[in-house]
Amino acid sequence: MTDNIETRHEPNYLEYRGKHGGILGWLTTTDHKRIGLLYFYSMMTFFLAGVVMGLLMKYELISPGEQIMGPQTYNGLFTLHGLTMIFLFVIPGVAAVFGNFFLPILIGAKDVSFPRLNLMSWYLYIIGAIVVLISQFMGDGPPDTGWTFYAPYSLKTNTNVVAAVTGAFILGFSSILTGLNFIVTMHRLRAPGMGWLRMPLFGWALYGTGWIQLLATPVVGITFLMVIAERVLGIGFFDPAIGGDPILYQHLFWIYSHPAVYIMILPAMGAITEIIPTFARKTIFGYTAIVISSMAIAFVGYFVWGHHMFTSGMSSTSRWVFSLLTFLVAIPSAIKVFNWTATLYKGSINIQTPFLWSIAFIFVFMIGGFSGLVVGSLATDIHVHDTAFVVAHFHYIVFGGTGFAFFGALHYWYPKMFARVYNFKIANIGLLIFFIGFNLLYFPMFYLGMLGMPRRYYDYLPMFHSANTLSTIGSWIMAAGLLVIIINLARARRGKGKEVDDPWDGKTLEWQIASPPPVENFEQIPVVEHGPYEY
Amino acid sequence: MENEKHHIVPYMTHIMVLLGLILLTVITVLITSVELGAYNTAAAMLIASLKGAVVLLYFMHLKFDHKIYWVMVSLVIAIFAAVIVVTFFDYLYR
Repeated sequence: MTDNIETRHEPNYLEYRGKHGGILGWLTTTDHKRIGLLYFYSMMTFFLAGVVMGLLMKYELISPGEQIMGPQTYNGLFTLHGLTMIFLFVIPGVAAVFGNFFLPILIGAKDVSFPRLNLMSWYLYIIGAIVVLISQFMGDGPPDTGWTFYAPYSLKTNTNVVAAVTGAFILGFSSILTGLNFIVTMHRLRAPGMGWLRMPLFGWALYGTGWIQLLATPVVGITFLMVIAERVLGIGFFDPAIGGDPILYQHLFWIYSHPAVYIMILPAMGAITEIIPTFARKTIFGYTAIVISSMAIAFVGYFVWGHHMFTSGMSSTSRWVFSLLTFLVAIPSAIKVFNWTATLYKGSINIQTPFLWSIAFIFVFMIGGFSGLVVGSLATDIHVHDTAFVVAHFHYIVFGGTGFAFFGALHYWYPKMFARVYNFKIANIGLLIFFIGFNLLYFPMFYLGMLGMPRRYYDYLPMFHSANTLSTIGSWIMAAGLLVIIINLARARRGKGKEVDDPWDGKTLEWQIASPPPVENFEQIPVVEHGPYEY
Repeated sequence: MENEKHHIVPYMTHIMVLLGLILLTVITVLITSVELGAYNTAAAMLIASLKGAVVLLYFMHLKFDHKIYWVMVSLVIAIFAAVIVVTFFDYLYR
């Protein structure tokens, strides 16, 4: 992007000792890179807890009848699994970790616009997480509503809904402030010469995401306050028994929670867009089309929430309107896939672990996307609504999309973050095991859903037995793959990996500075003279 | 940004805006006792929008800010309005 920028004599962000050392140094840091790592370690903790919950649920479903838990425990567990994975892992996801760490570097800045606000966002994230977790252990037991808190059940259940939605409300603030910080950073702190159309595409993805965070999250915050007001004060917003409208809850919830899917997936797509040109050794195909598609996904994705409600009793007019809008959002998503594959065409492809994660991402994301057409169509959705099919589709998109991109980004940027490379062979084996396990876990759920197996039950009819057993075995294989991946990365972090600066020969700005990056990234702000992917 | 002039709003303007907001709140309460049918909701929304606009213009200084903020706020309001319209595809035809 510019000539190599020499900053090696500056202390790097890991070694730097400011006013405080040790753990206090980390807890009071305003360095975007350290805050990225704070998010990374806390999110990985929650993610692994969510994985354990998922494994327990799959074990319960290994055969018909009660195995290790009864219905109420199962209800509580899938609620906590959803809350943990959605609000504590995939929503902050790629943006909170890699956005925080790399956005300022990618645009040639020394930090985000509001570093203290950035740290406050992390604290809000942790406080929200603690409140959500406390909700499991106080009052009348863990919430059993599912992560959606659908009214009127969430108003009537005796379980501890108020604390859980309060936690989600606080987490929302963390998300809003991060989005705001990123938007302002991109407006104000781009390096000289970096026009909007010279900005790396990960930045554009975060820009679209920031706007969704800013505009959609307050809606769910207010909705959760309304749930609390109705439970505590008896105000009739959603309960028809006191003059409320339960479908209004679903509208308000999904006005946020569908765009939230794009909060998860847009940064993931952005990370993949950074990885592919680096390993194709070729300029990205259709830079402007990808920019427009990112913004189009952010915009159109705001108007498709009703496809979660086709069977809820809303008007038939709105059903076809939402179905039409849903099909429209497939277009910009498909543009991205076409651009990624077109970038590979005639590229000098360097098959390395991050590239393999990207290809795996495209594969599983395509399955998730195509199955989305089934649930986006009115007629077929009636058949598969609230079945295991939806669970499969959702996991292919959210875990297959965001999860695969998260690990792809981690393997891509790991040498930059820690100046170490992991063992490539073990990393590839880990990915292969993970990929096989993932598909074995979730693909049978499409079949089960087509047969009519409902979601969110701890038990099922004997006709669903074999596919469920296969799915449970898949969960074990996937967990084994995950273990291999994590141990491999942890070993590299503990000094077993080779020291490197840039193993991929990347062209964007982060690869032009030392590894690990210096505290202030650049001694002198770089002047950008061309686009980000000049190969 | 550093060279931009900061407009100082007189205290009296702030006090007038505060009184205006209190008056509109009183009207919001009083209007519920007048039977307007479905227009009761419309009236409440209209008054709330007026209050929001006053807060944006004076307390949040939009009136004295750069045009780009007008554009951004207008876009947000347009998206919000579009969301309301799409929601009413359900409520009007249910």
